[in-house]
Amino acid sequence: MKADLQKNRTRNTLRTATDHLATGLAVLATVLVIAPLFAIFGYLIYKGASSLNLAFFTQIPKPEGEVGGGMANAIVGSGVLLAVASLLGIPVGIGGGIYLAEFGRGTSLANAIRFTADVLNGVPSIVMGIAIYALIVFRQKHFSAFSGGVALGIMMIPTVTRTTEEMLLMVPHSIREAALGLGVPNWRSVLSITLKTASPGVITGCMLAFARVAGETAPLLFTALGNEFWSVSLNQPIAALPLQIYIYAISPYDDQHRLAWAGSLVLIALIVLAVSLVRYVASRGILKGAS
Amino acid sequence: MLACAASIFAIVVLIAIELVAQSQMSWHASGLAFFWKFNVDPQTGVPLFWDPVNGVFYALPFLYGTLVSSLVALIIAVPLAVGIAIFLTEMCPRFLRSPLAFLTELLAAIPSVVYGLWAIFILVPLLREQINPLFIDVFSNATVVRLLGWTGLVGDNGLFGGLNLGLGLLTAGVILAIMILPIIASLTREVMSTVPHSQREAALALGATRWEMIRIAVLRNARIGIVGSIILGLGRALGETMAVAMVIGNTDQIQKSLLSTANSMASVIANEFAEATSDLHRSALIEIGLALFVVTILVNGLARLLVWAVTRGNPVRVN
Repeated sequence: MKADLQKNRTRNTLRTATDHLATGLAVLATVLVIAPLFAIFGYLIYKGASSLNLAFFTQIPKPEGEVGGGMANAIVGSGVLLAVASLLGIPVGIGGGIYLAEFGRGTSLANAIRFTADVLNGVPSIVMGIAIYALIVFRQKHFSAFSGGVALGIMMIPTVTRTTEEMLLMVPHSIREAALGLGVPNWRSVLSITLKTASPGVITGCMLAFARVAGETAPLLFTALGNEFWSVSLNQPIAALPLQIYIYAISPYDDQHRLAWAGSLVLIALIVLAVSLVRYVASRGILKGAS
Repeated sequence: MLACAASIFAIVVLIAIELVAQSQMSWHASGLAFFWKFNVDPQTGVPLFWDPVNGVFYALPFLYGTLVSSLVALIIAVPLAVGIAIFLTEMCPRFLRSPLAFLTELLAAIPSVVYGLWAIFILVPLLREQINPLFIDVFSNATVVRLLGWTGLVGDNGLFGGLNLGLGLLTAGVILAIMILPIIASLTREVMSTVPHSQREAALALGATRWEMIRIAVLRNARIGIVGSIILGLGRALGETMAVAMVIGNTDQIQKSLLSTANSMASVIANEFAEATSDLHRSALIEIGLALFVVTILVNGLARLLVWAVTRGNPVRVN
């Protein structure tokens, strides 16, 4: 009896010890995951902030090896590329989302499309780059801002579709029924009632997709190509912020490394701003738990 | 609206058609052997895989580089991701939960090229000077070599033999691990939170400690979903381009050592496509892209099915 009790006690001590060990390991894992985040942000701010100046935003790159210059053309170029991407990706994506949530809900076609969208989301961006190269650049025989924008736009479609769908599904049924009960045709109720109710969520979904493609480099390598000079023409190669960061990061010059850090800081600041905004909007009202 | 939705189908089909059409030349040149054959240099006996100058294109080293770097990434990322998911769902005080979840999400929002920049200037020196020497010491230790020499993994020809440049498969694996962590962690967290509370309460009522409750009630119920999220992370690691291209070292060879430089499927495309020397070269690179496309579609499809099986049609989204 006493021996049994003794055995039980050691067993319980062992179990408690295992429990503590597991807790300790989980905390350790959390610390190890958060550590690189702080390391990355710390270095970005430390290296980037010291090299940010007015010239960075107003000048175009100096020839290799010379000190100074900025990334004004790359910032504008990214803007042009993202505008083309948004013009393509956002309307198509929202349309797809409306179909999935409203017109095709529950049909097997909608399920298949939803599945394809998720899979398309996982296709590597470099593959998207060569596909657009084959589709547009190869036929036109020259690199262009247009092809880069199309590549980014296509990458936006699955994300926008899925977030739009999720936001629309969160709109309460009673609102739809009220609209239909007043004799409004279905398409009208979808566009002016459901979509309008969900619009903050849809907009944040678009911003999320926007922030995601804003940092993409791989699809631009063989489409937008990059440009040392001012260009806003859709038919010419164009500079882009992530592309320029890549080129400068692997260059041998210290001053270009400095610009790469500054460019990364600007890029990250834009993306974090967008993501935080999404999270802020998503944490309010009907969109709870959405992002 | 249907047209918009159907365009997603169209995009996948269009990508496939374009890639197949453009890789025809390489396909006719070497067929399926593209992925496993190689020539042997008659003078030195060294295998030749990829030689754009002489028009030799076999993709074996890139398959190897992709697989090994992704495996290293998974080995590092999976325990950490499951650990943070357990901490966030089961242990974390309420006021810490949402900030920590936000921080992990932030890790997912950092662009690949910024990871690459950070890796070149911070991670590579760190590994070269602090961490790799530790592994080299352990793996070339006389006792270890005597005991484990038969595995071929230790010593000068083992996993940590050769030059310690800081670049290479291990570095690529580490940066990939950091990049896929948030995906695995957030999905694991979601499948864990779908485990009904009654299961947890039942385990606790039977006298289980917290860890036993997590093991018996949570992990066991969520295991299919966790496997799904790991496969999804693998899919991301296979196709990740920029950060890998910046640290993997870009050499077309197969070496056992994790410290050796290599090339992954995605990184070779990124590095060589824009300046491909011949049409055959370009076509071979597109064929590698096609292979990557097919593999990631299969891997992602499988992972989605597994995750869906657990969450019962409440689709889970990753961003």
